Amino acid sequence: MFDLKLLILQMVTGVALGSVFVLLSIGLSLIFGMLTVVNFAHGAYFMVGAYVGVYALGVTGNFWLSLVIVPLAVGALGLLTERFLVRPLYGRGIDYPLLLTFGLSYVMMDLVRMVFGSDGQPIGTPPGLGGAVDIGVGNFPVYRLFLIVATAIIVAALWLFIEKTRFGLIIRAGARDPEIVRVLGIDVSKAWLLVFGLGTAIAGLSGILAAPIRAVTPEMGIPVLIEAFVVTVVGGMGSLPGAIVAGLLVGIVYSLSSLYVPDFADTSIFVLMALVLLVRPQGLFGRAGLMS
Amino acid sequence: MSEANNTRRKLVLGAAAAAATSPFWFNIARAQSGTIKIGFPVPLTGPFAVEAQDQVRAAEIAIQEFNEAGGLNGRLAELVVRDDKLNPGEAATRALELIEKDHVNFIVGSLSSATQLSTNNITKARKILFNSISQSDTINEVKDASPYTFHEALNPHLTGGAVGRYAFPKFGKRIVYLTADYAYGHEMVRGFQTAGKLLGAETLADIRHPLGASDYSAFLPRIQSLKPDILALCNFGRDLVNSAKQATDFGLKATTKIIAPILLYTARQVGGPEAFEGILGGTSYYWRLEDTVPSARAFNDKFRKANGGAVPSDYGALGYAGVRTVLAAVKNAGTTDTEKVIAAMRALKYDFYKGPQYYRACDHQSVQSVLIVESKSKDMKDKNDVFNIVSVEAPNEKNLRTCAELGHQS
Repeated sequence: MFDLKLLILQMVTGVALGSVFVLLSIGLSLIFGMLTVVNFAHGAYFMVGAYVGVYALGVTGNFWLSLVIVPLAVGALGLLTERFLVRPLYGRGIDYPLLLTFGLSYVMMDLVRMVFGSDGQPIGTPPGLGGAVDIGVGNFPVYRLFLIVATAIIVAALWLFIEKTRFGLIIRAGARDPEIVRVLGIDVSKAWLLVFGLGTAIAGLSGILAAPIRAVTPEMGIPVLIEAFVVTVVGGMGSLPGAIVAGLLVGIVYSLSSLYVPDFADTSIFVLMALVLLVRPQGLFGRAGLMS
Repeated sequence: MSEANNTRRKLVLGAAAAAATSPFWFNIARAQSGTIKIGFPVPLTGPFAVEAQDQVRAAEIAIQEFNEAGGLNGRLAELVVRDDKLNPGEAATRALELIEKDHVNFIVGSLSSATQLSTNNITKARKILFNSISQSDTINEVKDASPYTFHEALNPHLTGGAVGRYAFPKFGKRIVYLTADYAYGHEMVRGFQTAGKLLGAETLADIRHPLGASDYSAFLPRIQSLKPDILALCNFGRDLVNSAKQATDFGLKATTKIIAPILLYTARQVGGPEAFEGILGGTSYYWRLEDTVPSARAFNDKFRKANGGAVPSDYGALGYAGVRTVLAAVKNAGTTDTEKVIAAMRALKYDFYKGPQYYRACDHQSVQSVLIVESKSKDMKDKNDVFNIVSVEAPNEKNLRTCAELGHQS
């Protein structure tokens, strides 16, 4: 039974789903591309962002204000993490920061449990963004449309930052060849500090953006981390356009397979990843040899 | 062989024989005097920590009541709480510890289907009475049931059926199920479909989602296009909260009534009033039952007194009931001897917190009422007043899976 309206509605759903993936994997990709650090705590920053956002919403009563507070707060946390926990481990290969961030994710989860409890925080859809709207092919939640728009704005801002500013130039150069950048006299460690902060800030922001459509619980970061890794691998570690394209692609693939082959929806994204790795091991936009 | 070796061999064989028969020794040696210990293994850590802690609080009330009434000829009861971490392996270890190290007389507990079965495997082998408060009837099946196994809690077959019997005639016969793809989810669907068959309900689709899914947007457009009268959310805990939220976001409530086989007080508190508004579900207990049932008021008052005005949740009430029935049977039997307590429990007709209950003979399932509640967001008297009780289905063995279905010969 082929229903065009349903297909389009499902694809729009996939784009909304993909938006969260895009934001998360941008941070992950940035951090890996610049620092060669696999940030296993990325899902935990996502979760902390959601909690900080819910708390800020409770204190200020204003969702938009929370959207500003969260990336600042989580970014600050990221800066501290890089400076005091990750920096001492540079030069020792890929395993040490990986293990560190892995352990860090558990610590962050339990700290949140201790402070906020294991139950989870209720958060309703922000006023003005609630309800559903008829987009021509069916009813679609307003909030998810907002999510797509917000992601587009954030990605655009990030692109401008990376393409048009001097710091963005350093990021691009550092991703391509950190040795030369250091030789040119640029303080790479400061650049890495800020990139880590930026990556985690975006993760936190995506946490509070995703909060109204998911339950805010201490474990909410775990499934998204897996999805973010799949997206980053498909798009190519260290590639921003890769993160964007792959994020939307994974979202749409998941959405469409939920419709046509629901039993395989969960595995569909891994099938996609496997196919991409077979054809292009560095990911769609990735640079070959990055992991060696 | 020398005389000494022969004697030694006999001694060793004799000791081995004695050790092999020792489980019987332990049982006989188990306290016929001294404190009556009730083991209480529940998942104090993990996703149901809050519910489990409520169960402990309520169980302590049952212990307190028993002790304040003088206990069993002066012998007082004690709750031995352990954490089974919602893991069947841990549950088995805890059960063994409770029996071997702590020498408990009885065990009450378990929250998930898997842990209740795991605990039950240990207790029935050791011939210790186990009263399960896990909301699943897998333990009633003949391969798991035993004379020592009791099941105080209700199950999704019963509650789903009750909700279906109430909702299908009222809201329509075209049903879509959004089901968590694991045994418990399928149990829930079975409950609805059994009731629905008798009422002419039509299953438009049974959409399976992976357990623990956080995003249901992939399934909702399809549900929207099917335009069902009723959407049955056959999932639990976090999954229910997420799917309720997202179904609300997609505007499904405008055209479809949403029902759930089990609507937890704690899930409603986490999900919030808007997400759950208008959702209908079944539950074993809701504190507002005190408006019509005196034993509920008595229980609530004792709980409020001991917990600073807080009210017991549905899970909590199960903790209370599980322990109280065992202690009542002990009182009636006049002893902690397992066989006699079992006989007393089988004969027990009780009304401890929600109305009349008794244990069915073939599988020791507690036959009890089911409350149908509807979540509300307006006219809430306080933050605890989250549901309206719209109907109470009276206790009826016919609503459970029959003894024959579960494999028992009559």
